[in-house]
Amino acid sequence: MDQFTLNLLFVGASFALYIGIAIWARAGSTSEFYAAGRGVHPVTNGMATAADWMSAASFISMAGLIAFTGYDNSSFLMGWTGGYVLLALLLAPYLRKFGKFTVSEFIGDRFYSKTARLVAVICLLVASITYVIGQMQGVGIAFGRFLEIDAFWGLMIGAVVVFAYAVFGGMKGVTYTQVAQYCVLITAYTIPAVFISLQLTGNPIPALGLFGTVESGENLLTKLNLIVTDLGFAEYTAAHGSTINMVLFTLSLMIGTAGLPHVIMRFFTVPKVSDARWSAGWTLVFIALLYLTAPAVGAMARLNISEMMWPNGTNGEAVSVEQIETDPNYAWMATWQKTGLLAWEDKNGDGKIQYYNDKSADLQAKAEANGWTGNELTNFNRDILVLANPEIANLPGWVIGLVAAGGLAAALSTAAGLLLAISSAVSHDLLKGQLTPNMSEKNELLAARISMAAAIVVAVLLGLNPPGFAAQTVALAFGLAAASIFPALMMGIFSTRINNVGAVSGMLAGLVVTLLYIFLHKGWFFIPDTNTFTDADPLLGPIKSTSFGAIGAMVNFAVAFAVSSVTKETPKEIVELVESVRIPRGAGAAVDGH
Amino acid sequence: MADQSTTSTNVGEEAKTYWATNIRIISVCLVIWALVSFGFGIILRPALQSISVGGTDLGFWFAQQGSILVFLALIFFYAWRMNKLDREHGVDEE
Repeated sequence: MDQFTLNLLFVGASFALYIGIAIWARAGSTSEFYAAGRGVHPVTNGMATAADWMSAASFISMAGLIAFTGYDNSSFLMGWTGGYVLLALLLAPYLRKFGKFTVSEFIGDRFYSKTARLVAVICLLVASITYVIGQMQGVGIAFGRFLEIDAFWGLMIGAVVVFAYAVFGGMKGVTYTQVAQYCVLITAYTIPAVFISLQLTGNPIPALGLFGTVESGENLLTKLNLIVTDLGFAEYTAAHGSTINMVLFTLSLMIGTAGLPHVIMRFFTVPKVSDARWSAGWTLVFIALLYLTAPAVGAMARLNISEMMWPNGTNGEAVSVEQIETDPNYAWMATWQKTGLLAWEDKNGDGKIQYYNDKSADLQAKAEANGWTGNELTNFNRDILVLANPEIANLPGWVIGLVAAGGLAAALSTAAGLLLAISSAVSHDLLKGQLTPNMSEKNELLAARISMAAAIVVAVLLGLNPPGFAAQTVALAFGLAAASIFPALMMGIFSTRINNVGAVSGMLAGLVVTLLYIFLHKGWFFIPDTNTFTDADPLLGPIKSTSFGAIGAMVNFAVAFAVSSVTKETPKEIVELVESVRIPRGAGAAVDGH
Repeated sequence: MADQSTTSTNVGEEAKTYWATNIRIISVCLVIWALVSFGFGIILRPALQSISVGGTDLGFWFAQQGSILVFLALIFFYAWRMNKLDREHGVDEE
């Protein structure tokens, strides 16, 4: 069987499974559509939340982000997992006790203010829509590479599948498909990693292999440090950036993770408050299975690739063009060259490809002595690491098919979760909450489905014509969640003193300073060349625009406390609401409100 | 154990102790949460340079693996401790 047929088989079988689940788990009521009837087992919910959370970025990009910078990008590992501690301790149990369907609904009720709810809905929509663009692009890329289908048709197939289980099944259908998608993506991620770890370190557990020893007896990381510094790159395990920026960046990712609505709303689906606590733990177990493997995949892939380009280090000979073109071990390079994500050029015409850091002074001297004229591995997109891994390690064809299905599962599961957050914001918060409060349940369910279908169309259109700033907007999504949503939720639970005016001023202040700081560095509305500062030389000392979410959150807290302390106290019934949210007893009795 | 028939002031007191204990548990957990990630993984890494782990130092391990494992332990500890506290104060779900 050729590779194309294998890929088709794996992707086709996984899609058939998702559609089968969609038919089995149709939603009949708004409670099923928004919260899967609150009957999801905490372990099941943990698995679904893990798939919901781990997007194309986690599956495809994270190992590459770490591989090419080493220690400095540990922020992603700590940030994207540490957020679950905040979620489990500060938000999930109380929001489950509150027992409504959306994050904005809690903000609206707790701060007895339609304005607060509207601000929350707007933040939620901007964060979710910017996030979904990236997922759709991921679907297009995966189809393009593995099934040689045009990105347009790839997106259409993806959209039809998501439509089938998200529009009909709502939260219920999405939950059970996400469980299946988690199984597909974690198998696809782990199998190649285990093989590579075995090949390099003899240890079948990649996370242990990372700190293990290679064949020569030296530590894998020691060897990697030697190899990358030999090529003129920064030492892998050493810190190079600013400590303050790293702390703030990690904190922003943590707070942002805890404030992302599509993750929070998954905790509305479990039966009890105690289940919400356990479920957050299970979520992190399932996420950790991938996140503990990712840094190992990154380091091992970097080692493999550097050794392939320089079999005996830079004092020996670089790999020849002829070998790249004929040796089956290098066949993956030709495959990925076709996608434009990998490119090489024999600049000095010596028949060899010298890969090195041509900005390093040491290597410039060496290059001059040896007649090299610049780095000849001219393009190496870090996103191909995970996808090309099975080919680099010479694994059988079915593993490649599995990785294709895994990448698609990661992108589709996150897209579905985001679409659900968007549709419930439109139908429940905007239509039922603000415009037509008397809508019947049947009509609300219809409205939820129509807004979901509309959201899919918008996501496909944006995925096909991604705005030039798509990659940068992820920072925006995290910034908004960190600066506006997380602090409002936390203060709503932990303080009875914060009132409507305080909460709204706090959210707006956090939002405005964060947007301002991002726009000042990335350009106004991301229009190129309208920025006053750059992330290489930021406005406030070492603080980059991607790390500003944490500061935005502090501004939100400070303004909310200051304004609340000089305005009217919260009414008695709101204090009682907060007190009831703090006590688990009675969670089962919660019903639909508006 | 709380008596279901206690008067409303007692229930209020009970709720206050329950919440104060919860805040104390959360604070302890968050101190550990910050210590392993921002502390051992980033700020205190130079101080831990001498402790070597598999070809690098302890701070690198905390940044790439250790903190995730501690986060897991914290969430499960909190869930176990709070479910116990709920029962002690009679506020668990029937």
